[in-house]
Amino acid sequence: MVNTAPAPTTDAVGAETPDLSRPRPETTTVKDTPGYTVFRWVNTTILVLVAAVTLYPFLNLAARAFSSEAAIRSGDVTVWPIGFNTTTLMSVLEQDLFWRNYLNTVVYTVVGTAIAMALTTTFAYVLSKKYLKGRMILIGFAVFTMFFTGGLIPNYILVSQLGFKNTIWAVVVPQAINVFNLLVMKSFFENFPEELEEAAAIDGLTTYGIFFRVVLPLSKAVLATMVLFYAVWFWNSWFPAFLYMDDPQMYPVTVFLRNIIAGATGTGEGLSDVAVQIGANVKAVTMLLTALPIVCLYPFVQKYFVSGVMLGSVKG
Amino acid sequence: MATELRGATELRGKETWGLALRKHWRLYSLALLPIIWFLVFRYLPMAGNVIAFRRFRPGGSIFGEEWVGFYYIERFIQDQAFWQAFQNTVIIGALTLVIVFPLPIILALLLNELRSRVFKRFVQTVSYLPHFMSVVIVAGFVFELTSLDGTVNRLVKLFGGDPISFMQQADWFRTIYVSSEVWQTVGWGTILYLATLTTIDSQLYEAARIDGANRWQQTWHVTLPGIRPTMMVLLILNIGQFMQVGFEKIFLLYNTLTQPTADVISTYIYRVGLTSGQLSYATAIGLFEAVIGLVLVFSANAISRRVTGSSLW
Repeated sequence: MVNTAPAPTTDAVGAETPDLSRPRPETTTVKDTPGYTVFRWVNTTILVLVAAVTLYPFLNLAARAFSSEAAIRSGDVTVWPIGFNTTTLMSVLEQDLFWRNYLNTVVYTVVGTAIAMALTTTFAYVLSKKYLKGRMILIGFAVFTMFFTGGLIPNYILVSQLGFKNTIWAVVVPQAINVFNLLVMKSFFENFPEELEEAAAIDGLTTYGIFFRVVLPLSKAVLATMVLFYAVWFWNSWFPAFLYMDDPQMYPVTVFLRNIIAGATGTGEGLSDVAVQIGANVKAVTMLLTALPIVCLYPFVQKYFVSGVMLGSVKG
Repeated sequence: MATELRGATELRGKETWGLALRKHWRLYSLALLPIIWFLVFRYLPMAGNVIAFRRFRPGGSIFGEEWVGFYYIERFIQDQAFWQAFQNTVIIGALTLVIVFPLPIILALLLNELRSRVFKRFVQTVSYLPHFMSVVIVAGFVFELTSLDGTVNRLVKLFGGDPISFMQQADWFRTIYVSSEVWQTVGWGTILYLATLTTIDSQLYEAARIDGANRWQQTWHVTLPGIRPTMMVLLILNIGQFMQVGFEKIFLLYNTLTQPTADVISTYIYRVGLTSGQLSYATAIGLFEAVIGLVLVFSANAISRRVTGSSLW
């Protein structure tokens, strides 16, 4: 139907993204001054340290998760397990509540991301149409909420009165549109080749047809980026569930983990029974299992996150 | 690139709402659900702030029952605990701004001097990772590392000191909070600067070098002016968030022992509103916080536009 149009660039996002790992271009081959050579050694050392300090908590966590309780208590565990065992891992994996909460996190993430994508893409598409009357009003309407919000208590009252307490909706609906993501998508759609949409219109497609059958299929790269941003957000989210859910069976795994951390350190408020007195490595194992999907997925999807941020920076 | 569909151009400016709605009703209809969402989940709570001036009865209208004027405002102005939280908020906000804001710039400049693409990519990949961790995980890391059997105390003992129970001492809270912010945000914060650095014309460096500028002078006179607009935009955004210092992280990290330095306005609102159930009073404090945030971002934007020419709008 639209094959008369010029060949579309399916990977429009990735292609426009500058390579951030590219070293600063050297325009001349002048020899480094001695001072600069020293600086380069110092610089490399600093950056190795930055990487080491960033990674250390993860390595320490993995080591603790598989160490014996006694080794952890003695404070000897750093980056390598001491008294290697998988007893704690097995005992956490055998807990029904843990799996129940883990599954909840998966469901909340999938449903939340789906709702968020539906609302964000449609609104971003509308906002990208520069000829549309009232466009600037709608943009201002959305952007203003970045700088002024209702605050904790009015939101709490609203969500309670809507009857969302102890339902999935309390977690997924109030956070469904992230204005930053909305602006990223809007600037992507603004650069969408207009000829494609015109050709589709001439072929008799309505606005709906153009959006769902031409624009969305050709925006896969940016859609993937947005899905990742929202999925990470919902995976990591804990406070709405903590606030609006009383039933431990409804908790996401982040709240399960929060209760263990709070229980083990005596932070107080809202302790659950599981949390009362828990050994140091149960905490490590639960943290590890919660962070694992993101840590494992991260190296493969990192470029999408980076391109998403840069797309957003194109226009304020 | 032309940005308007044909036929729309000549009508621009004189197009009435009736005509626009008739012609683009399908487009407007796509915006319907998102607009309803914004009205219900963003603007309704904003209007709900009115209970700062009205008595609220649980289970009653979300807009409260009767006007009480500035009763709740006057109450928090005389509330010692509020001013304690206010002071802590300003201190933690200022520390975050002064320490956490410049570090990504420095890290980006250091990365920019690397010649090995592989090493640069490695440092970047590693340093972005903490950004994707849940704040619960980050709090967990903090507790693990600072516990009596944790790595920090291992280092303390290595240098001959006595173990410190960091999370039980109010004196340590700010240091620990800011360090965890640095760990989590600095790497990811470099992205926009690195992106801006790739856009600086290499001829500028060449010209500076011919004029006799050494590497340091090139950085000072070419690189820094090149990333200044990015710096200003991020600074304004950071100032706008000055008052909403990481509520979730502080909430996870603080306890009654560290409360004297750790309690910020948002955690105070949580306790007053949701633990003690004084909803109107907590809303009044929240409204005050939100108004300060709004004023800060508008003034920062106005000052930046006048002084440096870069602004958000």
